[in-house]
Amino acid sequence: MSSYKREDFTNSNEVRWCPGCGDYAILAALQKMLPELGLAPEQHVFVSGIGCAGRLPYYMNTYGFHTIHGRATAVATGLKTMRDDLTVWVVTGDGDALSIGGNHLIHILRRNVNVNILLFNNQVYGLTKGQFSPTSQKGQVTKTSPQGVTNEPLNPLSLALAAGASFVARAVDKDPNHLSAILKKAHEHKGCSFVEIYQDCNIFNNGAFDEFAVKNNRADNTIVLEEGQPLLYGAQKDKALHLAVEGFQKVAAEEGLYHHNPASFIDAMQLARLRFPDFPVPLGVYYQQERPLFTLEQAVKKSVSDLPALYRARASWQQS
Amino acid sequence: MSTTDVIVIRITGDSGDGVQLVGEQLTITAALTGRDVRTLPDFPAEIRAPAGTVAGVSGFQLAMAEHAIFTAGESLDVLVALNPAALKNSLEHLNQGGLLIINEDSFQDKDWKKAGMEKSFLDNCAEHYQVVSFPLISQTLLAVEAIELTKPQATKTKNFYVLGLVLWLFDLPTTTCQAFIAKKFKAKPDVAKANEMSLLAGYNYAMTLELSRREYMVGQTSRASGEYRQITGVEAVGLALATLTTHTKVPMLVSGYPITPSSSILHECARLADFGVQLIQAEDEIAAICACIGAAYGGRLALTCTSGPGLDLKSESLGLAVVTELPLVLIDVQRAGASTGLPTKTGQSDLRQALYGRHGEAPLAVLAANSPADCFNTIIEAFTIALRYMTPVIVLLDAYLANAAEPWEIPAVESLNLPEIKYNRFPKPFQRDENLSRSWNIPGTKDFIHQLGGLEKQGDEGRVSYDADNHQKMVNLRNEKIQGIAASYAPLVIEGDAKAGILLIGWGSTYGSLKSAVAQCLAQGLPVAYVHLRQLNPLPNDLGPLLKSYEKVLVAELNTGQLCQLIRATYLVDAQSISQCNGQPFSVSQLVHAINKEANYELL
Repeated sequence: MSSYKREDFTNSNEVRWCPGCGDYAILAALQKMLPELGLAPEQHVFVSGIGCAGRLPYYMNTYGFHTIHGRATAVATGLKTMRDDLTVWVVTGDGDALSIGGNHLIHILRRNVNVNILLFNNQVYGLTKGQFSPTSQKGQVTKTSPQGVTNEPLNPLSLALAAGASFVARAVDKDPNHLSAILKKAHEHKGCSFVEIYQDCNIFNNGAFDEFAVKNNRADNTIVLEEGQPLLYGAQKDKALHLAVEGFQKVAAEEGLYHHNPASFIDAMQLARLRFPDFPVPLGVYYQQERPLFTLEQAVKKSVSDLPALYRARASWQQS
Repeated sequence: MSTTDVIVIRITGDSGDGVQLVGEQLTITAALTGRDVRTLPDFPAEIRAPAGTVAGVSGFQLAMAEHAIFTAGESLDVLVALNPAALKNSLEHLNQGGLLIINEDSFQDKDWKKAGMEKSFLDNCAEHYQVVSFPLISQTLLAVEAIELTKPQATKTKNFYVLGLVLWLFDLPTTTCQAFIAKKFKAKPDVAKANEMSLLAGYNYAMTLELSRREYMVGQTSRASGEYRQITGVEAVGLALATLTTHTKVPMLVSGYPITPSSSILHECARLADFGVQLIQAEDEIAAICACIGAAYGGRLALTCTSGPGLDLKSESLGLAVVTELPLVLIDVQRAGASTGLPTKTGQSDLRQALYGRHGEAPLAVLAANSPADCFNTIIEAFTIALRYMTPVIVLLDAYLANAAEPWEIPAVESLNLPEIKYNRFPKPFQRDENLSRSWNIPGTKDFIHQLGGLEKQGDEGRVSYDADNHQKMVNLRNEKIQGIAASYAPLVIEGDAKAGILLIGWGSTYGSLKSAVAQCLAQGLPVAYVHLRQLNPLPNDLGPLLKSYEKVLVAELNTGQLCQLIRATYLVDAQSISQCNGQPFSVSQLVHAINKEANYELL
């Protein structure tokens, strides 16, 4: 049993998100979960980019680094590879990770740096006051898309899988217990963990996920993924998804013969492609596969006494 | 036997001809036998441009003398041109009466056509130069015919034939090169044998040419006694890094994105993993510096390196390092720009960007090395400043410095002035010492928890602040901290004639050319004082008073007058600019001419 409490991970900084913002729930879920890991607060570092989510490190009683737009993943790569003893969390948003920081995201995933990436996806630019983001849905009206967004949105899970992520999961801010459980799994995974968290921006994209994320809608519109279990949903667990040749299909529970296999990349890709409202939203671990980590040697093996030989690696001569 | 003053040779051919290898071996042999040497590899932007075209020409220039010399020379005594394109590129630099060695096999009709030249180009050469024309490839093939090699393999040994020829010409022994061949081709004894036979054949062939080699021989130098080796700027950087990591016992992250000409620093660092120098080849320039910022936050040493457009890309991240006051070093191997520009050519046009190229008020320290060997000291100084003042430091090198080589007196490690690292000096991260430097509090330490970020800071804890007065205070404070670095500088060294009326100022890689030009001016009876700046920000405290004590101030630099403008603006002196922006180092004769012109301005 961990000796740490929730209070060990909170601080006295005034939280400055808009009242009702989904970020509060994610912060709370993190602070509730962290004591369970049994690590001292000083062992954790939260690295963030720019955006509303980027403020999170200031509200944690852990080490934190609020960096620049899109680059948290790059900063975290340098920190974790040179300080393997630390537990590094990356807090990012849909604009930060998928637009300006897209390049760094795919590369941290492909390298498999052992950090946990939490993507707060609210499908809008909040801090800059309401422009469309790379995950904004077609038709979404924002300040820069008064006639509705015309671009195709990006699918963060498909992107992460394609980039070589070794842990891919999804959760919602409105279900903090499930979110906490997923965050814990992300931490336990040895490798780069990518967690997409649907997060409500109640000011610029209010209720974007309510149809499936709020408590009363979850049973019918989400599937909680459990390894080896069928993909059941509905208040009575009477519906299921089955994986046919042409992809997942909605079937009656008893026909749901497919059992979730997070080790299968192909299945994870199929799951990631499911779109609400045509399909319920799968929540949980889509994919998990351990593979070699990107690490660097932590010690200086040679010493000052090795320098004279190094200086003479090229032919030297004595001038008298 | 009489010897001559300075000998300058250029070997030039296709970029695939192995010219750089010949040049390096020649350099080492010359240095090992006590000559002073300066080299200038002038490689093409296109790694393997079509053979025989002017764009594909690769050259290597070496100056050697019995006394100390400071440049790789400007006019040639010997030119080895392996094809017409190579000849076209370099013939104008060959002194009248100089020796021209050409490879007959590559001077056929088709070769002239490829170079876009007429065969008649060679017609009057014999009147101006001593021409040795011989079929290099045929003779090489004959030399190695005893060994079973494919024709391309046999042909490839031709660079050693050239090397042998040149070694004889300069009265240099073949032993070092033979040892090199044995080592390099250890796994392929046939190839080793062939290369050695080719080398000796070239040497023996030269003997038969009845050339007067007296003119091409130099005596030995009178360099201060000590142990020396040849060192390029890039090698000096690598050795400095290994020195820092082993001394501090703190690993270093080196992160960069491949870009010419700074990539060679990455290659050098890749060999130093055991010395605690860890490499991340990043996905882009921004990631490279950001990874360094992450490493620095974690309490590690950090270096990022780049060239040209890469510096632009790192600007925003440098601002973050300024505001978070994290120690890291950025090496900018300057190249001629703008944009892609002349990526393999040299220049000093990034000075303003290094000083000012960030949004907001983001002062940081800027240093420049003045010679290949000086890169060693400059990198150590850069890290010392970064750690002592908790600031990013930009080190300006350039393409010439990075690749050129000169003798370096191997230092005793104990004699070096190396930085010490102390973490967690104060409980709060923005508590400051007498240098205004904050405390480097690192993750993993109990009771030192804090959050760092790009938002404006307030107080010892560095809390986020939007307060107007606080921002003014912090802008002033960060500037004051950087200005304070000048207190740590050694006094300026005045070279030349300190009592002269004219003061010449330079910075960076032009040191050798400027020093030579000043020496020539003095020899011609024109007194000139000379100061070479190593620190560009903050400028040395003793520079202002010094400037006021000269009637005329000249600033020579390989840009359009960036330091000159800064000096005029900072000190209100009527400094005049000597500038050059053609991708090449200064030539001493042009400098002497320019200095004379400025000196006699009133008379004209």
